[in-house]
Formats: sequence, C-alpha cells, structure tokens
Amino acid sequence: MKLKTAMLLTTGAVIAVPALVLAEGHMSDSMTLVSWGGAYQTSQIRAYSDPYQEMNPGVEVIWDESSNEAVSRLRAMNEAGNVTWDLVDVEAADAIRLCDEGLAMEIDHDEVLAPAPDGTPASEDFGDLLVSDCFIPQIVFSTTFGYRTDQVPEGVAAPTGACDVFDLETYPGRRGLNRQPIANMEWALLCSGVAYEDVYDTLETEEGIAQAFAMLDTIKDETIWWSSAAEAIQLLADGEVFMASSFNGRLFSAIEEQGQPIGMAWDWQMFDIDGWVIPEGLPEDRLARVMDFLHFATDTQRLADQALYISYGPARASSAPLVGNHADLGIPMAPHMPTEPANAENTFVNNYEWWADYRDDLDSRFQAWLAQ
Amino acid sequence: MTDAAAGMGRAASDARKLDAAATGPMLAADGRPLKASLNRALRAQKLRALALIAPLLLFILVTFIAPIADMLFRSVENQIVSETLPRTVIALEDWQETSQLPGEDAYAALAYDFMEAAERREHTRVGSRLNYETTGMSSLFRQSGRGIDDVGEIYADQFVALNPAWEEPATWVALMASERWQDEAAEAETDAALPRFELAPGIAEALPETADAYRSFARTIMSEDEDDPRAEEPWNTVYLALYRDLLAGTGGYDGPQAAMLNEAAAAVPGFEAASVQAQFADINEDWADTEVWETIEAFSDPYTAGYFLAAIDMQLTPDGIEAQPEEQQLYILLFQRTIFMSLMITFSCILLGYPIAYLLSNLPMRTSNLLLILVLLPFWTSLLVRTSAWKVLLQQEGVINDILVWIGLVADDARLQLINNQLGTIIAMTHILLPFMILPLYSVMKTIPPSYVRAAKSLGATDWTAFWRVYFPQSVPGIGAGCILVFILAIGYYITPELVGGRTGTFISNRIAFHISSSLNWGLAAALGSILLALVLALYWLYDRIVGIDNVKLG
Repeated sequence: MKLKTAMLLTTGAVIAVPALVLAEGHMSDSMTLVSWGGAYQTSQIRAYSDPYQEMNPGVEVIWDESSNEAVSRLRAMNEAGNVTWDLVDVEAADAIRLCDEGLAMEIDHDEVLAPAPDGTPASEDFGDLLVSDCFIPQIVFSTTFGYRTDQVPEGVAAPTGACDVFDLETYPGRRGLNRQPIANMEWALLCSGVAYEDVYDTLETEEGIAQAFAMLDTIKDETIWWSSAAEAIQLLADGEVFMASSFNGRLFSAIEEQGQPIGMAWDWQMFDIDGWVIPEGLPEDRLARVMDFLHFATDTQRLADQALYISYGPARASSAPLVGNHADLGIPMAPHMPTEPANAENTFVNNYEWWADYRDDLDSRFQAWLAQ
Repeated sequence: MTDAAAGMGRAASDARKLDAAATGPMLAADGRPLKASLNRALRAQKLRALALIAPLLLFILVTFIAPIADMLFRSVENQIVSETLPRTVIALEDWQETSQLPGEDAYAALAYDFMEAAERREHTRVGSRLNYETTGMSSLFRQSGRGIDDVGEIYADQFVALNPAWEEPATWVALMASERWQDEAAEAETDAALPRFELAPGIAEALPETADAYRSFARTIMSEDEDDPRAEEPWNTVYLALYRDLLAGTGGYDGPQAAMLNEAAAAVPGFEAASVQAQFADINEDWADTEVWETIEAFSDPYTAGYFLAAIDMQLTPDGIEAQPEEQQLYILLFQRTIFMSLMITFSCILLGYPIAYLLSNLPMRTSNLLLILVLLPFWTSLLVRTSAWKVLLQQEGVINDILVWIGLVADDARLQLINNQLGTIIAMTHILLPFMILPLYSVMKTIPPSYVRAAKSLGATDWTAFWRVYFPQSVPGIGAGCILVFILAIGYYITPELVGGRTGTFISNRIAFHISSSLNWGLAAALGSILLALVLALYWLYDRIVGIDNVKLG
C-alpha cells in the first residue's frame, strides 16, 4: 500500500483514483457477474458491462443468472473453498445476511467507489442506502400494487395504494400477495390504523403480530400467494386477480412495454434496495479486476444510465437529475420511478436491521398461519 | 452288468482306501492344499470384480454418499458456539442460578472471546446461529462487534496514565513472548513469515487471564491481518485481563518487566473500576438480560438436538424440551400433508395408469407404439413447461373453467378453484408422475401371456373373474414397482407444489428448500431432510412387510 501511495504521488495521479486500480498488471482478464436475469440484467449489461468492455477490450465478462440462489451458492462455494463468482447482485436483506456469515467482503465505500461529480464522497452520495459494510447499492425499487383497470367497479375511484387491498367491499375480487411476511405484515398494520413510526415497535409485540394476522385473515382466502414476482404479473395479465403486489419495474414493463390493462397504486409502496456484494476470499488479480469494474459501474453516470432501460431509481442522489427517457420507448422515465414525488407521497422503507432479527421467527409464524 | 457293478464297488472301496491313506488335506496340482488354492482363486476373482466396480463405487462415495452424510451430520452439529466462544462456554458451566445473570468471570470470558471473534469476523455467524433460537441475537452480536473495542478501555487508559510504557508494544512482547519466539521473530523478513506466537514460561501461571488474552491477541492479528505484535498495542480486553489478574496478585512473578508489573499491582486497587457486565450493557442492554445467556448456554454443546426438535415443532429451552406455541407449529402439519398428498397422487396414478398400461400391452404393436409415444411425450417435456401449462388450464380464468362456464355447468361468478390448493398439486403431479406408473406396469403386463385369460374364460370364468382372479394378480408386481417409484418421487417433489400449491398444497420439501437457499438454516433443513429420509425408509419397510419387496418387478 505504501508503495502504491508513493507511486501515486510521484506520477501525480488524481487522488480520487483508488489505489487498487493501479494494480493494472495483476488484473484478471475475465470476471463472472451474477444477477437476476431478465430485463433487469439486460439493463445492467447495457449500462455497465458493455461500456466497460469497450473501454477495456480483451476483458471477458460472463453473466450468470443465479442471484435468486446467491446466498446458498455462495455459502457452498465458500465451504468448498472455490469461489467462482466475482461480483453478485443481491437484495439488501441478503447482503446483510451474507455479510454476517462472513461470505461477503467488507469494503470501505469511500475508498472503493467513485465520488459524485461535485466531489461529494460516495458514502454521502449513497447516504442511508449503505445498509451494510459489504453492500454497494445500485437501484432503489419498490414492491407496490398493480390493479386491473378493466375490473374496477363502476362508479368507484381506482385504487390508489396498499390499503385498498384490504377493502373487499369497494374492490371485490381476488388479490395476489407475496408468500412471505416482509411487506405484508407492515401493510396489514398500517392499514389497520397503526401509525407509520410505530409499525415495527408494534410488530415486536404478540398483540401486534396478532393484529397483523387478523387483518390479513380478512383477505386470506381471497388471495393467491405468489413466490416469484413474475407470477404476480402473470396473475394480473390473465385477470386471475384484481390487485397484486409486485416489483415496480415488472409492473412498468407489463404496462408500458406489453400494453396490459394494468394501473399502478403507489401509496405505501415498500422501498427496497438492490446492489452488489463481493464474495469473500477472491484471489488478488480477480479482486483487482472487480474493484476496477465496480468503481466504473457504480459511478453517477452509469447508475443514471441504467434507468434508461428499466424503471428503477438510481441509488446515488447525484444520479437522479441525470435520468432521461427510456432508451427504446422514448417515454420519460422519471414519472415511473418509485422515488418520483407524486408516487412517493406515502412510502415505506424496509427496516433491514429489524428484519434481520425477526425474519426467522416471523417467517415461521407466517408460514404456519398460511398453512392452517 | 455284473462287471459294471463290480467295477463301481471297486472304485468305491478304492476311494475309501484313498481317504484313509491320505490323512492330510487334499492337494491341488501345484501341491498346495486344494482349499487354500480355491480360496485364493476366489479372492482374486472378488478383487478383480471390486476393481471393475471401483470407479463407480468411488464416484458414488465421493459425490453422493459423502455429501449426504455431511448434510445429515449438520442436523446435530453445533460446534460454532463452543468454538467461537470457548472461554464463555467453560465459564457458563458453573452458572446454576439461571434466574440471575452470570458472574463477572463469565462476562470477562465473553469479552475475550468476543474480541477475538470480532477480529476474525466470526461473531455475526454465532449471532445468526443463535437468532434461529432467540429473536434479536443477530443484531445483538452484530452491534456488539462494533462496541467490543471499548470493553476494558477504562483500564487501558489508567494503566497508560500510570506508566506510559504500558502503551508500548515492546513492553508487552518482553513480558509475554518466549525468548525463542522473540529470536525467531527477529529473523523473520516479512510480517507474514513471523513464527506462531509462544508465551514466555511462567507468565501463564502468574497472570493467567492476561497471558491467555495476549496470546489470543497476538495470534489473531498475525493470522488475520498479518500484523506484527511487536508493533501493535494490545486490545483493550488485554488490559481488562491485566486488571483482573493484578487484583488477584502476581503470584511472586520475577521475570522480565517484574518491576513495572509490581508497580501496577500496587496501583490497581486504587483504579476506577467498572464491572464488565456494565460495560457490556453499555453496548447493548440485552446483555443484562438472562434470556441471552440462557440461549448461549442451551446451545453451547458441540452437538444439539435443537434442530431435530424444531423440525417436529418442539423447542429446546433452558427448562427442558417444550412444544412450540400452537400458532407456530408447522412442520408436523407439513409432514402429514406431504404423506397424505403423496399417497393421493400414487392412488390417482394407479387409477389412471392401470387402464392405459393394459391398453398398451394388449393393443396391436403399431397402435400401442403410438400410444407409448403419447405417454412418453410429456415425459420428455420440461417440467416447468408442463406445470405452467396446468396453470393455464386450471386457473379460474383458465381454459377448463371457461369451458365449464360456456356449457353452463358452473356460474360465471362461481368458477371452480382448481389450482393454488391441494387439488391443483394433486392434478399436476399426477400428470407429471404418471409415466413412472405406466412404464413398470406396461413392462410387467407385457410378460403376462394372454393365453392364461383365454384359458380361464374357456373354463367358464366371466370377464371380470378372469381379469380379477387371473390377470390382476400377475400384474401386482408392476403396481408395486410403480407405487414405490411414484411415491418416493412425490414425497420429495418441490417445483410443482411451489408453483401450483398455493398455501394449502405445498410440501415439506418447499420448507427445506427455503431453509437451504433463503434462511441459511442448514441445520434445520438437514434435520427435516433426515426425518423425511427416515419416513421413506420406514414406509419402505412397511411396504416390504405387507406386499413383500420380492414381489416388485420392473419387467
């Protein structure tokens, strides 16, 4: 490190360049990136890895679509002592788990990531989204509701948010909800009158849990419980359900790209973060390559570029003003972002730390409640 | 005739004579005993056979048996607590009064263990492990990892104020390290080449906790960060240990730095003190909660029945084994459901598969081949495609409901729910597993000569009697084979129930998959898997008792 710093000073290189980037000679020629597949991965390829390969011809980028099993695969790789992935896209909750298990590498965000164009350090630019020492956020997405515009009863205003799900009188019809407690428990409490600030405190008590389940009981039999977000879109597209929760980007592509008669109900959307983690135990040359890529792929412009292909909000504050029109459809992307003020009147921010503690317990209760 | 008889009589008497004459064992051509020679030939043959199957055997051992054994072992393995917090586990051994918090010794032991674990980044893994048992452990351990640096700081400051030399790494090395280690370390060219740290003789007797804490410090920073203990100030917990040791006296220590140590020993009673318990409570007040300690103690054994108990809706508490509260009981229900639905699927497969197999084996070759292809075609189609196709057919806005509404059998607002429940799982899985029933049935029926039924009929049997008394008994081995195949495949099925099972039609394997891939509770997943394996073996045994495993034929 000292040597590298000396090199920095003698060559008069810009201070902002992370020291690791200088290890050019030791960089591996290929890297394996793991993501979720589909439109999301395509947006990453177009915004991150294509321009990176243009800058670095000769670097081979292999994309793997295994993010939904990243946690268990990383653990298996780690136990076998043979980590074949270089950079993995996971949700924030999984990043915390991976970090706790020692499967993801802790990083110093200001050292590894580029500062904003105006010089704001990365840690401030990302702000509260840095929920774990191992986690490098890319996008803000939200779990929110879509409804069939052709099934809204006559003379009734269209649903606007999560609480309309529990209103079977005004909006009869089946619902589609995620088959896990996260988000559902919070919505149930919010819509049964618990104040936003008190939701997690209430969920820590037995009465609070009972209250949430009582609220969910009212729609239990009317609900189809999905286990993958694509299922929710299929249920909406086939008219199987009137309202379903899904990720806002998937709803966007169903509405704008496929022209389905679906509307968005944004109120009390649940914010969530997705980003990179670096597996623990990478050899030096591969680590150097990943760091170089990461520095490039998470800078302000690249994060803004990704929003040209998918309606997820960039994780950096400095990227938001740069978001433009959809690359293929030509429509402005800002109104479809979960962070757009009109959509974000009432938002819910997933409390990761809280869920890391309560997930095991509440999940078994939730599954028991579902099965009975 | 007489000649021959006489000849035979002679031969027999010759043989008797020979027997009587040769008192030793019978010899082979090369003069060795025949028995040994035969044995040797047999052994060589067996070895050759073994050598032939050795590659397959090794392959199965390495890629199949060993991973399964490893996975099953995880269902009882619990070494993480005793390996990461060894001193704490020992200190908790004589903690009887579980209504009160453990003593200062346990808190000090926890401080030493925790500091080392935090430096090795292992504390959060213990937190995750214990969080399966008690909610809140995960963040307690994560947070404490950040705050553990402060434990003992109060003493570090006072030692340094007393004599600034206490801050010097060299002081500590001179006090703690053996001369041999110091000599070898002096020769090491890089930090990575430093020898494994060794305590000076006698120091462990004089300052037991300090020596232990310092050794843990030195070894950890060398292995984790490739740092040099001769250049690093010890952790604050080492000062905590020193304070605690000096309060108890130095035991007449007269090695290096004895003067400095005696000076400190004299000053220590006047130090401002803070209990370790209070310092932990400062990091997180939960450390002053007996529940946290009870959990650590309950899961301190290297092997635990905790996972198996959790898998049958019980829990291990400090007061013994208890049933889970009713609203949290899940697994027994799922096991029952899995077995019930697998049996339903097996019976549906028999009902649907038997006539098809009968047709297949009795139709002329050309027609039956076509039919066989129709049976096999879905078998070759991707499982996901078939399951998704069932969704399209069965959902409430799906093809079947549309037809039923169109012909007026059901009202438009009362469409049947055929999917996202048990019925959906049973329908889809029956379809998917049907070939596993038809194929063994078909190959057994193929071998039943048609003449038997014809003979029965010509002797006056009705069609039904001929079938039931003559044909059916001969096809039973095929039913047996099909049942075993279908049932065992069904009981471990995962994708189809996940997609079409809704909330009432999922199997135990869906929970196993969840614990493997999402909650990372591999111990519980292994316990559930072991129980499932035991259930299958038990049912197999039962089957053997009732039907007889010899009575199973694949053709």
